[in-house]
Amino acid sequence: MSQDPSTAPVGAQEIVFDRVVKAYPGAAAPAVDDLSLTVPAGEICVLLGPSGSGKTTALMMVNRLAEPTGGDIRIGGRSVRDMDPIELRRSIGYVIQSAGLFPHQTIADNVATVPRVLGWAKKRTRERVAELLDLVGLPVNEFGGRYPAQLSGGQRQRVGIARALAADPPVMLMDEPFGALDPITREHVQDEFLALHDRIRKTVVFVSHDIDEAVKMGDRIAVLREGGRLAQYDEPRTLLKEPADAFVARFVGADRGLKRLSLLRLSDLEPAAAGEDSAGLPELPAEATLRAALSLMVAQGTDRVRVRGADDTRLGTVSLDAVRKAGAA
Amino acid sequence: MSDQPVLPDYGDPSPCVADNASFCTDWFTAHWSTLFWPALAEHVELTVLAVGFGFVLALAAAVLAHFQGWFTAPASFVASFLYTVPPLALFQLLVPVTGFSVLTVEIALVAYSLYLLFTTVLTGLREVPQDAVRAATGMGLTRRQILFRVELPLAVPSLVSALRITTVMTIGTVAIAAYVIDAGLGSLILKALQSPFNTLFIGSGALAVALALTADGLLLLAGRLLTPWARSRRNA
Repeated sequence: MSQDPSTAPVGAQEIVFDRVVKAYPGAAAPAVDDLSLTVPAGEICVLLGPSGSGKTTALMMVNRLAEPTGGDIRIGGRSVRDMDPIELRRSIGYVIQSAGLFPHQTIADNVATVPRVLGWAKKRTRERVAELLDLVGLPVNEFGGRYPAQLSGGQRQRVGIARALAADPPVMLMDEPFGALDPITREHVQDEFLALHDRIRKTVVFVSHDIDEAVKMGDRIAVLREGGRLAQYDEPRTLLKEPADAFVARFVGADRGLKRLSLLRLSDLEPAAAGEDSAGLPELPAEATLRAALSLMVAQGTDRVRVRGADDTRLGTVSLDAVRKAGAA
Repeated sequence: MSDQPVLPDYGDPSPCVADNASFCTDWFTAHWSTLFWPALAEHVELTVLAVGFGFVLALAAAVLAHFQGWFTAPASFVASFLYTVPPLALFQLLVPVTGFSVLTVEIALVAYSLYLLFTTVLTGLREVPQDAVRAATGMGLTRRQILFRVELPLAVPSLVSALRITTVMTIGTVAIAAYVIDAGLGSLILKALQSPFNTLFIGSGALAVALALTADGLLLLAGRLLTPWARSRRNA
């Protein structure tokens, strides 16, 4: 697919949470307590935490579905409090767990929602809808006239993403967007979204309770604990290697070493030259993760795997020792 | 002469009519355009007026109750109170005020229809999938846009079933309006009972039943046409 000007990276904006507090009247403790973090423009920040950690509340304060009772949130340097909530929301993509498509509208009409309330010309709206449905792999000719009930869960969620991108917002909020999908579909849609994000580079705040999803999707992960307090805000590698405290360590799991390996690929390592003895070794493509390589070595009882490059070229071998060192680095 | 039916003067009776057989097709067809069709048309008119007014009132009240929760209790109370008063009794109460008029009939019919309409429409609005409403809010639709673009369209199946129940019920109730005004199929039924004259009774009664079934069918069809998305769900 060719890069189109209107989906090319445009003005993604930085999001700043500045000592944000949300206290509900009558509740003993605040839902979000003194939350400060900065999401750099164009990055994906995952808000990760157990239920009751205020991650969805934090998200909803960005588009003012919830109003902070203290502190401030700024998008591109501008306080959300200074913006009209309706206009603010129209400038922010919003994706929720069940996709929240309108069952009475066709896929094309669903995607056209925000352009229509913004009063775009019909032709422009139609072109944008076609472009977006192409982008998420649901060509308008085939899918535009269908109703949400005629789509699979994964397809519905892709429509939800297309709809959120319709007015080309600099910022996207995603509230457990893939939580209702089965594991295989989820992985597929996650991969698609990452590929999409590489092209459109929006600033994304992504709520999840799943550490694996957070590690996979996040450029940065904010771990929240109960009571809406920030426990740690770091890149996935750092979070897994150096959890700030016992809570984070427990939340990221005892297998965090393995999770770290899943962030690294065989192509990140320098393969050793494959000798004649490498003939019987198991083989993996260079884009496979070190976690997959380790798993294969354990399963096959070997201490090396052969790395296959593009066009089936053999790049060499990677040893168990090299994997271990990379994981600890 | 005493066991002969007292017939209204509708001209020379055929043997069938003179015997007061169950149903005389010749008499029915001969009096279709002068008697049955006008009564049927009046019946439709009274029904449409009552259901139309009742629907607009109930819809407005249901939307208000949906937006302002406090309004639900008083509105339900009034509507259910009016529903408990039999229309015939309401006619008697209204006649001294509004006379033997269409107005009397319509007030009673509308009052009687409100409860079913209000509760069904309100339930329909409340059962709209909350995901859709949340997504709409999050995308920056105004409250009014959410009502007109999301909630009301999704409540159409409820609106249609409210209209179906109420229309069928009102067609039956309009027949009682003959006690107040000389109009509608009820008026013919009343005259047939006084005679008694079987052809008039069965003819007008059957028309009332046919009208109710037709109206129900048409509304069902209209509902289907308005909700292609619900049909696609069934076929999905």
